[in-house]
Amino acid sequence: MRDAFLNELLALAEVQPNVVLVVGDLGFGVVEPFADRFPERFFNAGVAEQNMMSLCAGLASEGCHVFAYSIANFPTFRCAEQIRNDVDYHNLPVTIVSVGGGVAYGNLGYSHHALQDYALMRVLPNMLIAAPGDPWETRACLRYLIDNPGPSYLRLGKSGEASVHSHVPEVSPGQWLKVQGQPESTSAIVTTGATLAIAQAWLARGEYPEHNLYSLPLWGMRQKQYQAAQVEQFQRVVTAEDHIADAGFGSWFREALHDGRSSCEVSSRALSAEVFGKVGAQSTLNALGGL
Amino acid sequence: MNSQSLALSVREQSLRMVHRARASHIGSALSIADILAVLYARVLRFDPAQPAAPDRDRFVLSKGHACVALYAALAEIGCFPVKELDEYGQDFSRLMNHVSHHVPGVEFSTGSLGHGLPFAAGKALAGKIAKQPWQVFVLLSDGEMDEGSNWEALMFAAHHGLDNLTAIIDYNKLQSLDTVDNTLGLEPLREKLAAFNWSVVEADGHDHDALESAIGSGSPGLPLVVIAHTVKGKGVSFMENEVLWHYRNPDDGLLDRALKDIAGSQRDA
Repeated sequence: MRDAFLNELLALAEVQPNVVLVVGDLGFGVVEPFADRFPERFFNAGVAEQNMMSLCAGLASEGCHVFAYSIANFPTFRCAEQIRNDVDYHNLPVTIVSVGGGVAYGNLGYSHHALQDYALMRVLPNMLIAAPGDPWETRACLRYLIDNPGPSYLRLGKSGEASVHSHVPEVSPGQWLKVQGQPESTSAIVTTGATLAIAQAWLARGEYPEHNLYSLPLWGMRQKQYQAAQVEQFQRVVTAEDHIADAGFGSWFREALHDGRSSCEVSSRALSAEVFGKVGAQSTLNALGGL
Repeated sequence: MNSQSLALSVREQSLRMVHRARASHIGSALSIADILAVLYARVLRFDPAQPAAPDRDRFVLSKGHACVALYAALAEIGCFPVKELDEYGQDFSRLMNHVSHHVPGVEFSTGSLGHGLPFAAGKALAGKIAKQPWQVFVLLSDGEMDEGSNWEALMFAAHHGLDNLTAIIDYNKLQSLDTVDNTLGLEPLREKLAAFNWSVVEADGHDHDALESAIGSGSPGLPLVVIAHTVKGKGVSFMENEVLWHYRNPDDGLLDRALKDIAGSQRDA
């Protein structure tokens, strides 16, 4: 997913001269091709995320589409106010790229686990969360974000995520992307982010018979309005995310249906509090947390 | 309008706005009236008829709580009707009590401190990338220098040789509860800023010629910081150097006294 991001960004930067990449002293083995190809549009802001984020807002205010790249909590919680006041409030085209969603950096410990980032980003009114499910969705999301500049949060897996799709799908904010299933099904799993492959494995094991599988890679506060219509045809929906259950994607989804008119039964699969502070491989922690 | 007249208008309008809205921060606004007047009357390439013109110089007010002074300056030079200043602080007014980018001529909304300099550095970097001749100016408070984000930005701007960036620190030596010295001392400020590889100059922040000269003293390859020595509440005898006027607003009687003081100090200047 990380490599798909960089390769797509390189291709887009060739035709979009306003694309700028700023990194917070992270990205070894990933960002070098961009730095080599576009040295005048690549900056390492150092280990200083607060400045990095306001700096990106300044660049964006002058016409750049800025990609601010770092790991998990550093470009989010570390500089939450800079994102809120400078990027989101001013509605500027800064894409915060957070590498290592969920417990992708499992062995690096809690400081590197992105367990509450959706919770932070989804309360910002202009922020579009882009949580692709596989490398193909990563390319699709990036193309969408470039074509529709604004505040956005691109949450990537670390590397090696399996391809669920076989081509770049069409993605649109708030719209479920069908991955597999039958038209007549009345049950669905809706995932966001790299949980897509996990949910696919659930289906393969027969855990959710009769469920269709959807990915929702683009969502946020302004996309709640599109959920009621899509849920209409289902009696049961299970949301899935590699984020803590509190205030995450599943919470957002239930809030989107909060008027109570929907008879759909919604349940959620997310990481439980068991994972807080635990160290282990991503698969180990996902299993511990209930995914 | 010359800079002295503009400074006088900024002070008068600021006092009236704060009085009418029963708002805070008049001391901080009076502190920067002369700096704003010099910028808008003498320094900035800025056309009030086209406040978003691509070739304008950019000005960022980082100490957003002093916005009445900027609103007054922008109205007086013609960005929007002076009459609109009456709406300051009223329900749904675009003239909100911390500086708002919804006001013509305002580049950036601030209020939380420590955001203006990093943002201005981003603008300056964009200007460098695009090889643009315009300059970026940012006005900071001294208490604001407590914020770590400013020191991150100081390092970044110097590292990238942003000589199209000028920071002005309104060094009035008072914070919201006490003096700067008693809160988090900044000294030796000049040496600290020089050690961060900026070109540093000090000036009397109420002397228009000295300010103009200092702001124009940049060096190629180095961002410039002007330490402007100012007096909080400048021009109103009972407000000068008084922490009280960080938050308090004048009642009718004190407003009259303040306006007379301002007029008197202008005659003496």
